Amino acid sequence: MESKDNSVSEALDNEYKYGFVTDVESDTFAKGLNEEVVRAISKKKKEPEFMLNFRLKAYEKWLTMKEPVWPNVQYPPIDFQNISYYSEPKQKKKLDSLDEVDPEILNTFEKLGIPLEEQKKLANVAVDAVFDSVSVATTHKKKLMEVGIIFCPISEALNDYPELIEEYLGTVVPVGDNFYAALNSAVFTDGSFVYIPPDTISPMEISTYFRINTEETGQFERTLIICAENSYVSYLEGCTAPQFDTNQLHAAVVELVTLDNAEIKYSTVQNWYAGDPETGKGGIYNFVTKRGKCQGEKSKISWTQVETGSAITWKYPSCILQGDGSVGEFYSVALTNGHMQADTGTKMMHIGKNTRSSIISKGISADHSSNSYRGLVRVGKSATNARNYTQCDSMLVGDQSSAHTFPYIETGNSSLQIEHEASTSKISEEQLFYFEQRGISRENAIATIINGFCKDVFKQLPMEFAVEAQKLLTLKLENSVG
Amino acid sequence: MLEIKDLHAGFEGTEILKGISLSINKGETHAIMGPNGSGKSTLAKILSGHPSYEVFSGEVIYEGKNLLDLSAEDRSLAGVFMGFQYPVEIPGVNNAEFLRMAYNARLVNEGKDELDPLDFDDILQEKMDLLGMENKYKERNCNDGFSGGEKKKNEILQMAILKPALSVLDETDSGLDIDALRVVANGVNKLNNENNALILITHYQRLLDYIKPDFVHVLSHGKIIKSGGKELAHELEAQGYDWLTTTN
Ligand SMILES: Nc1ncnc2c1ncn2[C@@H]1O[C@H](COP(=O)(O)OP(=O)(O)OP(=O)(O)O)[C@@H](O)[C@H]1O
Ligand SMILES: [Mg+2]
Repeated sequence: MESKDNSVSEALDNEYKYGFVTDVESDTFAKGLNEEVVRAISKKKKEPEFMLNFRLKAYEKWLTMKEPVWPNVQYPPIDFQNISYYSEPKQKKKLDSLDEVDPEILNTFEKLGIPLEEQKKLANVAVDAVFDSVSVATTHKKKLMEVGIIFCPISEALNDYPELIEEYLGTVVPVGDNFYAALNSAVFTDGSFVYIPPDTISPMEISTYFRINTEETGQFERTLIICAENSYVSYLEGCTAPQFDTNQLHAAVVELVTLDNAEIKYSTVQNWYAGDPETGKGGIYNFVTKRGKCQGEKSKISWTQVETGSAITWKYPSCILQGDGSVGEFYSVALTNGHMQADTGTKMMHIGKNTRSSIISKGISADHSSNSYRGLVRVGKSATNARNYTQCDSMLVGDQSSAHTFPYIETGNSSLQIEHEASTSKISEEQLFYFEQRGISRENAIATIINGFCKDVFKQLPMEFAVEAQKLLTLKLENSVG
Repeated sequence: MLEIKDLHAGFEGTEILKGISLSINKGETHAIMGPNGSGKSTLAKILSGHPSYEVFSGEVIYEGKNLLDLSAEDRSLAGVFMGFQYPVEIPGVNNAEFLRMAYNARLVNEGKDELDPLDFDDILQEKMDLLGMENKYKERNCNDGFSGGEKKKNEILQMAILKPALSVLDETDSGLDIDALRVVANGVNKLNNENNALILITHYQRLLDYIKPDFVHVLSHGKIIKSGGKELAHELEAQGYDWLTTTN
């Protein structure tokens, strides 16, 4: 019975298929971080004065901060002086069209299943592709511009729309919010910027793909999305990285703002390289701060994430429910296998009256991995009639993995209505045998059970992404057992 | 169709089946009866290839092939079906989808195209009507929260859809109410023909009133201690197993 349980977890392993390195010349800063590096990044990007000050302030803060130790993850100390803070694929001049992008980079994105060329023509998703630290291609810009939507690399927005950036950047995640957010605020190099003007439903889904290519560079991208009154946008984010023996740091910050009656739906499928499944060597440290602020009344922010990669994930997409009647949602699937560690969850901060939040978290742990859900529901004095629904399900595969849940509730208000459900289950040998007895392969059985377990989250994803997420989980199960 | 020769089997080194021989031809129905713990379910699991059980010696030949060489999945695809004594619950997996997957696995194995949910529904509906099952069992998750009897009906629904050549039904009658037993038995009888065979594991004569066995075997302590015709079941019903174990 026991050995068979191991084989269940073996079925969850698969080789990481995005582990290739692209051969492009890049312009990479020497390793190390100091004030000069911060200034150099800002200068390289020809940034306005306020941005440099923002960075310097963040850097100062960062110097006084310590890495958080509360997450339920273990890793050797990171040497922040042994990381290069800027890497840019070498190219002579600013690009006017996709045709001028280094074909090697385009090939890379194609291998990742994101044919930019095709997407440019096919049309329902606008893509911004970030390669190492720099945004290499943004598609559909023109079409979006026609309805007044701004979608561009944040470095470009700093020059073209400085007043918008100055007004919103750092208002959701302040520069000194946490160790990694401070670091990001000091050294971020690129990312995406989206602005949806009032009364506008985005005519297409907007999407960014992140790719870390160079060894020993960190990726610190910054995303800012503003959705003005009565507007709606669905934003997708995907990530991969090549396979290196050393760990790479990914410390992104994402800030979302919704004004009155606006809605942002933010979906992530994360598949960073998770390290060697046997030894645990290498892989991405994914230390990300994602937060949205429902600033306006009756506005809504919905986070959906499918986390399948990274050696360590430390991530809590959160909502500040400031506007009266605003709604925050968090739907998450986190799969850990090999030696992966994930500590992920959400924070719902109820400030406005009649605010509602719901949290649906599905953790799947296999092999030697550890999977923790950490969630906080905080209800302020002013937040009368707040409501929260939390459902936290864990699934264990094999006998050596672990699942933990850490739900916290802090309430300053007695009118809070809260509902909490939790469960832990296991894929049993009896279940797999039942499928096999009906002629269904073991791999299909595992994939079907896991898809069933994740259904409530998958159905939140836009169609193409749901298909991709399902495929990804199935792919993780591909190296099947006999 | 099935030839079991001096089969010794069990699990974790413990011998439960201690030399079973049994020969089953197409078109036949064999009933296996016997006291609790005698090894009836073990035999069913060995035949269907449950990974926790092992064969120590003996042979099982099915349609000319060594059945024990095939994986559980391949045995199923080759037409061996087991109706479980205790069907497991599969939360999160829609019953109709599960059935369609099983059906499609067979089609693919035969080199045919898979059926989409709409086309499959026609087949499913017909079989559900045959068993008097309500539509809600399509929408519910497979066996999840089903009552004991509902699970057993669901097993027969699967059998009806997969049309196996050899079905081993492990105490399908236990848990069914009187009406359900009749409906299920009628369903099984409709599926029976001269090309397939049936092994019925049961404790009760009542099932055998509906599905007439050609042979009845009594299993005790891992051995077949008596075989006979339908009348053997009546004797057992009247006298219990003691007279067999003591007179033998
Ligand atoms: N997986 C298992 N773990 C532990 N013991 C088992 C297992 N499977 C079978 N056994 C033991 O093997 C013996 C035979 O069990 P089996 O289930 O085959 O009996 P059965 O004839 O089907 O009984 P019943 O009429 O009660 O269903 C019993 O003593 C049982 O406890
Ligand atoms: Mg039994």
